[in-house]
Amino acid sequence: MSQRPTVVPPKHPRESLLREERLPHIWCSGCGIGTALNCFIGALEKSGLPLDKVVIVSGIGCTGRAAGYIRLDSFHTTHGRAIPFATGLRLANPELKVVIFSGDGDLIAIGGNHFIHAARRNIDMTVVCVNNFNYGMTGGQVGPTTPAMAKTATSPYGNSEHPFNLPYLAAASGAVYVARWTTLHVRRLERSLTEALLKEGFSFVEVISPCPTYFDRMNRLGEGLDMMKFYRESSEIVHGLDPRKVDIDLGGKIIVGKFIDIEKPTYLDFQREIQARMEGEPS
Amino acid sequence: MKYWRKPLDVERIKVPRGKVYVIEERCKGCNFCIEFCPVGVLVASEGVNAKGYHPPYPQNEEACTNCGLCEVICPEFAIYSLPWDGREEEPHE
Amino acid sequence: MSEGILRGEFFMSGDIACAEGALSAGCRFFAGYPITPATEIAERMAERMPRVGGVYIQMEDEIASMNAVLGASWGGLRAMTATSGPGFSLMMENLGLGIMTETPCVLVNVQRGGPSTGLPTLVGQGDMMQARWGTHGVYEIIALSPTSPQEFFDLTVRAFNLAEKYRTPVLVMADEIVGHMTERVVIPEEVPYFPRRKPNFPPGDHSSFQPGEDLIPPMANAGEGYHIHVTGLTHDERGYPATDEVTQERLVRRLVEKIRGHKKDIIMLEEKGVEGAEVIVCSYGISARVGLWAVELARREGIKAGMLKLLTVWPFPEERIREVASKVKAFVVPEINYGQIALEVERAACGRAEVIPVNHMGGGLYEPEDILKAIRKAAR
Repeated sequence: MSQRPTVVPPKHPRESLLREERLPHIWCSGCGIGTALNCFIGALEKSGLPLDKVVIVSGIGCTGRAAGYIRLDSFHTTHGRAIPFATGLRLANPELKVVIFSGDGDLIAIGGNHFIHAARRNIDMTVVCVNNFNYGMTGGQVGPTTPAMAKTATSPYGNSEHPFNLPYLAAASGAVYVARWTTLHVRRLERSLTEALLKEGFSFVEVISPCPTYFDRMNRLGEGLDMMKFYRESSEIVHGLDPRKVDIDLGGKIIVGKFIDIEKPTYLDFQREIQARMEGEPS
Repeated sequence: MKYWRKPLDVERIKVPRGKVYVIEERCKGCNFCIEFCPVGVLVASEGVNAKGYHPPYPQNEEACTNCGLCEVICPEFAIYSLPWDGREEEPHE
Repeated sequence: MSEGILRGEFFMSGDIACAEGALSAGCRFFAGYPITPATEIAERMAERMPRVGGVYIQMEDEIASMNAVLGASWGGLRAMTATSGPGFSLMMENLGLGIMTETPCVLVNVQRGGPSTGLPTLVGQGDMMQARWGTHGVYEIIALSPTSPQEFFDLTVRAFNLAEKYRTPVLVMADEIVGHMTERVVIPEEVPYFPRRKPNFPPGDHSSFQPGEDLIPPMANAGEGYHIHVTGLTHDERGYPATDEVTQERLVRRLVEKIRGHKKDIIMLEEKGVEGAEVIVCSYGISARVGLWAVELARREGIKAGMLKLLTVWPFPEERIREVASKVKAFVVPEINYGQIALEVERAACGRAEVIPVNHMGGGLYEPEDILKAIRKAAR
């Protein structure tokens, strides 16, 4: 073993929010989902939210397993349906802070309809989308964010479809907070997630992540560490940029930052207004 | 700590010290912590854990400033640092 | 009960009675999507929920509606949705999620002519097997079937109580005619109320929610500090994924047995003149009403006919059918499909009595005479 025994104190500082009896988790070596989850747990602690009222909802896929590792009320729903499930939770008990933690395939492909409608309604929830550009769990198939001409298990000759630009999709649908970071920008991601958690309305944070086992391997992009180095060289922070301009091409620049941070009445704001009017008080 | 020039407040500001802890069995050898530690504390250890990964080893421990980057960038929750006053504790399990 | 709940006698359509039944039963969350002939339930809920401090939300599709209902149930509310054939098909996968996660909720299907778009404004009863087998995998389901607005009210209340008691989604399989007909509906001062089974241990990082002898585990809601984990994956008593055959055997067998083992408590039949009868009309929903009239006509002709009305179609009352089968010549099974519950009657009768289906393909209703002809033939 290592040269000198290391003194191991009782617990990893973030253990209290982890179901550590379920670690090590299922994600591959070099995958960024664990880092995104790590930043999320840090953000949760810094947010000061009452943790017993925070609920994590995940869909199906690699990132979908995240809910199972967080020691809070957590739901692992069917593929693409985390957001409507969370909508029900949130409206049933407005004390709950619902967070959807899922992947690009789950949220944007099969779950795309729910995603755009939840953003449109501006129901208070935070959506964290770990985007590794493909369906990892099922073996690296092409997805709605796979860059054009990229190779995957189901686009072996190159992907002939334009991908979604997630910040643009979220912003166009009505999200009040839109940010994108990579799994390298851990400090900024943690701060952004705290902002998103405390933001009233539909907040969206995209986290670009390596997928060493499938997408990165099939496109000769190297190991997880190579992707993280790639993020260091090729990402550029441009806060407030028009999300229209943040497309990602295969191997191209990745614009990160907080693009949208606006105020808009939430679904429950309108409900309260209606309730007040119904009770005859001047609204 | 290597400085370009001697800071005016070098006596007043005490650079924090940290001790790194590794839960070796959780490590999957991605080397994120080794690569991105700002002060190069970590190296890949020669030994391997049960899964055959080389966990990080804080060879250059005195450089650690307890910044916590390794802790947050680790996808496996396998490494963290805690403030350390420099005194060597007797190892205990 | 909270104010804003109706009491007394009313002249109501079935759909409206269903909505009021849910409200009387304490339902405070409705998520739905407009679809004839169930839209009136949604409209009534949209108007009434804010009056009783509840939530009405119209989702983007039926898949979203079903999931919002599941989420709301875990948020601590009694929750329901209402749809018809096409929406019912879209809700199948997440009905399965509700079954697997043992989420109490109510799903009302006001059946219309099918398949596909079929006859949106006209009656059908072709979803009965879909109700039983529609979602994938091995499971048991509870499905109730009203024959009148009053029963639509009563069975919606019962559906919520069965859902909480057995921690399962419960289906109310109505049809367009019962949904749209208007009749007298009596709403009592109080309706039965089976409270959710809460854990008998304090919040905290509890590892498991052991089912009792009745095979039903206590249910902690989100936000109560139990840090529950709920997953559609095969899971152990802690709720953690355990995708192995040993856990599968234990879990799935329990999910089935918790309902099958309590058939006596769940099954509700209405029998008229079954003792000493030669021919039994066995039916449900609007078909049972026409059947009742046919039985009346048959008795006037001196035929020993009886009526066995299934208020619960699933779980199917095979024991009672088997018992009656040995004492009668035949069952006549009228339904607005090409023979679905008739197959169950035949299975349960084990050849001891003939089973004569009287089928209608949807969009209308047979005349009592159509059923009477079958009764006469059987009685010969």
